Amino acid sequence: MSDILEIKNLHVEIDGKPILRGVNLTIKKGETHALMGPNWSGKSTLGLVIMGHPNYDVTEGEILLNGQNILDLDADERARLGLFMAFQRPVAIPGVKMADFLRHATTNVRNPDRKEGEDLIPMREFRNEIKEKMGQLKMDSEFARRYVNDGFSGGEMKRAEILQLAMLQPKFAILDETDSGLDADAVRLASQSINEIGHNKMGLLIITHHDKLLEHNPPEFTHVILGGQIVETGGKELAAELHSQGYDRIRAEHPESAAANDDTDQVAIT
Amino acid sequence: MTTDITESRELKSTEINKYDFKTKTEAVFKARRGLDEDIVKQISDIKNEPDWMRKFRLDSLKIFESKPMPNWGGDIALDFQNIYYYLKPTNEQGRSWDDVPEEIKDTFEKLGIPEAERKYLAGVKAQFESEVIYGSLKEDLANQGVIFTDTDTAVREHPELLREYFGTIIPSADNKFAALNSAVWSGGSFIYVPKGVKIDFPLQAYFRINEENMGQFERTLIIVDEGAQVHYVEGCTAPMYTSESLHSAVVEVVVKKNARCRYTTIQNWANNIYNLVTKRAFAYQDAVMEWVDGNLGSKLTMKYPAVYMMEPGARGEILSIAFSSAGQHQDAGAKLVHCAPNTTGTIISKSISKNGGRSSYRGLARVEEGAVNSKCSVVCDALILDPQSRSDTYPYIEVAEQDVSIGHEASVSRIGEEQLFYLMSRGLSEAEASTMIVNGFIEPLIKELPMEYAVEMNRLIQLQMEGSVG
Repeated sequence: MSDILEIKNLHVEIDGKPILRGVNLTIKKGETHALMGPNWSGKSTLGLVIMGHPNYDVTEGEILLNGQNILDLDADERARLGLFMAFQRPVAIPGVKMADFLRHATTNVRNPDRKEGEDLIPMREFRNEIKEKMGQLKMDSEFARRYVNDGFSGGEMKRAEILQLAMLQPKFAILDETDSGLDADAVRLASQSINEIGHNKMGLLIITHHDKLLEHNPPEFTHVILGGQIVETGGKELAAELHSQGYDRIRAEHPESAAANDDTDQVAIT
Repeated sequence: MTTDITESRELKSTEINKYDFKTKTEAVFKARRGLDEDIVKQISDIKNEPDWMRKFRLDSLKIFESKPMPNWGGDIALDFQNIYYYLKPTNEQGRSWDDVPEEIKDTFEKLGIPEAERKYLAGVKAQFESEVIYGSLKEDLANQGVIFTDTDTAVREHPELLREYFGTIIPSADNKFAALNSAVWSGGSFIYVPKGVKIDFPLQAYFRINEENMGQFERTLIIVDEGAQVHYVEGCTAPMYTSESLHSAVVEVVVKKNARCRYTTIQNWANNIYNLVTKRAFAYQDAVMEWVDGNLGSKLTMKYPAVYMMEPGARGEILSIAFSSAGQHQDAGAKLVHCAPNTTGTIISKSISKNGGRSSYRGLARVEEGAVNSKCSVVCDALILDPQSRSDTYPYIEVAEQDVSIGHEASVSRIGEEQLFYLMSRGLSEAEASTMIVNGFIEPLIKELPMEYAVEMNRLIQLQMEGSVG
């Protein structure tokens, strides 16, 4: 059976303030979806809620992974079921080496029933694999010894997220502005890498402002989110239109959502 | 080109706390409970000591009795008359583990000491209750004139060397608990490293308290002669009891010109033990003294290892790690005293508090008159894992010179929700994620330790972290 992620009528609040107002979205294995929208539209929130961030309250709706409602699961359980999110601004964890962290993560995701303290994947096997993947991403092997996201440049951070995607091989991956803060060459490398790692193997939800990341990952579906609702869905030509012309047409056609979006803007959620 | 890209040391957390076991033994002699002149005389008689030591003890008892309890630090709810001040577990000190009474030997086997000795130690002392019951030193070191013995033996066999320094670094009157130790001390290590001798592998002492309401008062004196080098490591554990025990040591270190001494402590006492310890080193010209002080156990620890930089070019470095959990208060810290020009001191302190535990950093940085061009840097970071826990910082800075550089940085952070979420979104459980964040927090100190001790420290932290969430 092909994997399927379904988001049904999802309503989400933070501190009593509504951010998502009934999002519906279905992603199947092998599909690439682009999610676009202006600031404060709820793009990142949707990703974080799918991943299980504890600060958001889901007030209505459900998220189904292969038919199982995952809303009550913690982030680690969701990761072990095959969900992944590449974060826009990944947090630094000083003193924790990338390699240690990734060996734990990879072990847990590959052996979802592993209990704490049980064996990790063998060092040699892990080392060979991570070296190969770092090579593909043009990362120095010294990178594995560095502390997680600590003192990373913007480009290094994003590459580290893609490395994790490559190691964890999720069923579904949300990529939140994996292109932001990168120069043109770096975006191209990121775009190619995501294609090599994920295309046809995963369901991808790519959150982006630009079309460069989509160059090697042409979306079958482009969704526009505004004021916490998906107001329009099209193909890759919609992504191109939004990139060149912005959201004026969308706003004009969906005044209520546009108003809601501006409203959310006022409370400045991060 | 290095191929080792990861050094993960996953530990089997299925093991229970391997330190919490009680050994049934027949003491050769056990003094009655409580403290008075008769007890002190009894200890001195059993040890068949010279008059000067007997007098030193009795004078110290008077000082102890005259001094008030400290009105700072932790809450010392201790009944001094409820403690056993001396317990002699066996008549002979073993030269081989086979000479040690079976049940005591088993105790140290369980603690992994003979194994560590075979693998990476230059010498070992094992103290059980009041006496050192086993001692070894590699033959080549003994041949080079290195002395590593228990302090009681040193009183008999090296009286001149011992008397030159004993009680001079930390006089009895220094504080109430230094006076107590001076009155009833027993055991501890005496080390002399002759000029120019560099000992590559650590010398280790292991202190075990077994009985309830026991008091352990080891007395350690380390003399590192000119150009010599030594690394001394101590570990300490005890089984858990419901009522209190007391551990109150005095450690004096002399580091002569161009010599180097590192003193590492991994303190993992049971949570019914008051750990009230005075540690001080005098570092002479261009000498280096390092304290690595890890405090994970005990009910209350009050301990501030000190380096007095006595001559130009001396260096003092103190790394302090404190971890306090439910029912624990670690009042830990360090002291740097610059007594001469061009001296350099560094304190790095990391503390972790969880489940209602309390960690305090208490430190002194003092520059005496004339200690121009001295540099002193203090960095203390605290990590608090939950709202029930507490962290305090008490830095004391006293500077009597203009031309010096003093730096003090302190940070307190709560374990980050975003850090937890990040790690969990990659499949790590909340417990694994917390442990990883804590290990990362102290990593800058752990990596200073030799591999074996780094592994031990990480393992103890993992034990402390268990059950910390959920």
